[in-house]
Amino acid sequence: MSDAIVETRGLEMRFALPTHFLSREKPVLHALSGVSIKIMPGETFCVVGESGCGKTTLGRAIMGLNTPSAGEVYFNGKRIDQMDEAERKPIRRDMQMVFQNPYASLNPRRNVFETLAEPIRHLMPEKTETEVRAQVEDVLAATGCDPSWQRRLPHEFSGGQRQRIAIARALVTNPAFIVADEPISALDVSIQAQILNLLTDLQAQRGLTYLFITHDLSVVKHFGTRVAVMYLGQVMELADAETIFEDPKHPYTQLLLDAIPKLEGGSFERPRQPGELPDPVNPPPGCPFAPRCSIAADRCRSERPKLRVIPGSTTQAACHFAE
Amino acid sequence: MAMLEIHDLRVAFPRGKKDEVEALRGIDLTLEKGERIGIVGESGAGKSMLAFAILNLIAEPGRVSQGTIKFHGENLLDMSERKIRTIRGNRISMIFQDPMVTLNPVLTIGTQMIETLKAHQRISTREAHQRCVDKLKLVAIPSAESRMDAYPHELSGGLRQRVVIAIALLTDPEIIIADEPTTALDVTIQAEIIALILKLCRDNDLALILITHDLGVVAEVTERLMIMYAGKCVETGRTRDIIAAPKHPYAAGLLKALPQNAQRGSKLYQIPGSMPPITALPSGCPYHPRCARADDGCRAAMPPLENGVACFHPLNENAEASI
Repeated sequence: MSDAIVETRGLEMRFALPTHFLSREKPVLHALSGVSIKIMPGETFCVVGESGCGKTTLGRAIMGLNTPSAGEVYFNGKRIDQMDEAERKPIRRDMQMVFQNPYASLNPRRNVFETLAEPIRHLMPEKTETEVRAQVEDVLAATGCDPSWQRRLPHEFSGGQRQRIAIARALVTNPAFIVADEPISALDVSIQAQILNLLTDLQAQRGLTYLFITHDLSVVKHFGTRVAVMYLGQVMELADAETIFEDPKHPYTQLLLDAIPKLEGGSFERPRQPGELPDPVNPPPGCPFAPRCSIAADRCRSERPKLRVIPGSTTQAACHFAE
Repeated sequence: MAMLEIHDLRVAFPRGKKDEVEALRGIDLTLEKGERIGIVGESGAGKSMLAFAILNLIAEPGRVSQGTIKFHGENLLDMSERKIRTIRGNRISMIFQDPMVTLNPVLTIGTQMIETLKAHQRISTREAHQRCVDKLKLVAIPSAESRMDAYPHELSGGLRQRVVIAIALLTDPEIIIADEPTTALDVTIQAEIIALILKLCRDNDLALILITHDLGVVAEVTERLMIMYAGKCVETGRTRDIIAAPKHPYAAGLLKALPQNAQRGSKLYQIPGSMPPITALPSGCPYHPRCARADDGCRAAMPPLENGVACFHPLNENAEASI
């Protein structure tokens, strides 16, 4: 038993792709290949990586929105990945999700009150209608929404306001754990800070644990406790959010850090060669990053490196040569 | 005389039978040969509208209601459609945000490139083909020759955007207008594309108008900067100067709200509220409802753009002070 609030062990997710009618091949996309992470209570565990690296799939697998092909998911020490809907229902109130695009994640025909009341009615059937109303008003106040919004429809709100409503919906059942999948990347710059501050405040008030999925490393630096860097369905580096910026161990993490545009300028003076994610249907046999890696050797192309603690640090990296 | 001179440009859209609302409200801009300027603002600030106006592409029912756009001394707004076609896409090219939307999915890369070139120049197909391959090589596309026969979906996002850039360069333009050219891309790909654009501009003495919401990208690429808010330019000047010492409270707020400028774990500075839509602009300075420095003067009249800033109470060089 661990004291982690959420744990995954060897999580695998494979999606069967449509077969060609003339071909016997059954292509399989490996979205996650053996992801093991532990998320501690009260922390902000960030998952970063580029599109297609599996970060959203990981969030969805933990939430039970996709059933993993192999591996285990634990919530408060209880295995949840094989539960059926009835078993899972009491757990759902404790784990909720905020999605990227508040223009897509809110039902346009449902007013704010109905949107917020639905999770309570469904997941907490013991609540009376008066209690539901009280709970909705509480969560609106906590997320900086005006009580008068309740009878209004999503189209009447700006992107930032909608994201507040989406956060309120995730919080209305008083969960302990929230998966936030790129919650600020669809918002304008001046609004992003508002939403990040709201998430920070809520965490302090309610002791929330976040799984924060993002591609923006500057957000991780400000907001994260620990961070997992993913590439092609694998965790490449697992480190404290503070140390990863000062002392990245994996060459891919280094590449990501080098790619951030800086206000001081001057980071893009040299041309960069095109690099791209390998095909997730036919991943390379060794390290998935080897084709783009400047220090890759023969061993990297044949033997897949395992996540290991790098001596002299608390960081884990999946690289033969990291030190 | 500058290569491109925009004076008091206004774009209006009808509201009701008689009324009009202005999306651009008097923009001045000059661009010299080889100069790189960034246009920054939130969605709805009018930055894309400015790009469309320069190319005379404002769609009905909108119209340019006032102003001049002089390219080498000739007003683009007075030109016949036929004349402007010799400039648009030829001497002034565009790069848009999403390469999957820009490229025609049912034509090969080669077909669309040759088509573009032949639309502007009398040239044999064989010669056009060679020119296209050369441009693909220029943007560092591997095995350029064989990519001519590829369809857009066969390329990765980064390569697609390189193809779009190659198409924009086909006619050896003098100005490139890039509207959020890296927003749809991953960070590492964004870094490649920024480095490429920077190199191409320098090598070919190309002028660039870069439209983006990302201050980091602007800092890396441009020499001058214009910050737009609600259809107005609120601050303009050397990119480095504005980023080091913004004068307009909005510019200062945007910079201060960035996570990379904040102490780790502390609360981020946030600009209250959101940008008003052009249909519901407040009186006076459009930023005053969100501004801590605003007084009655700001509510009564729009401050003129003086010394690069449109504000009655600009920040001093050394005043970190309240915004």
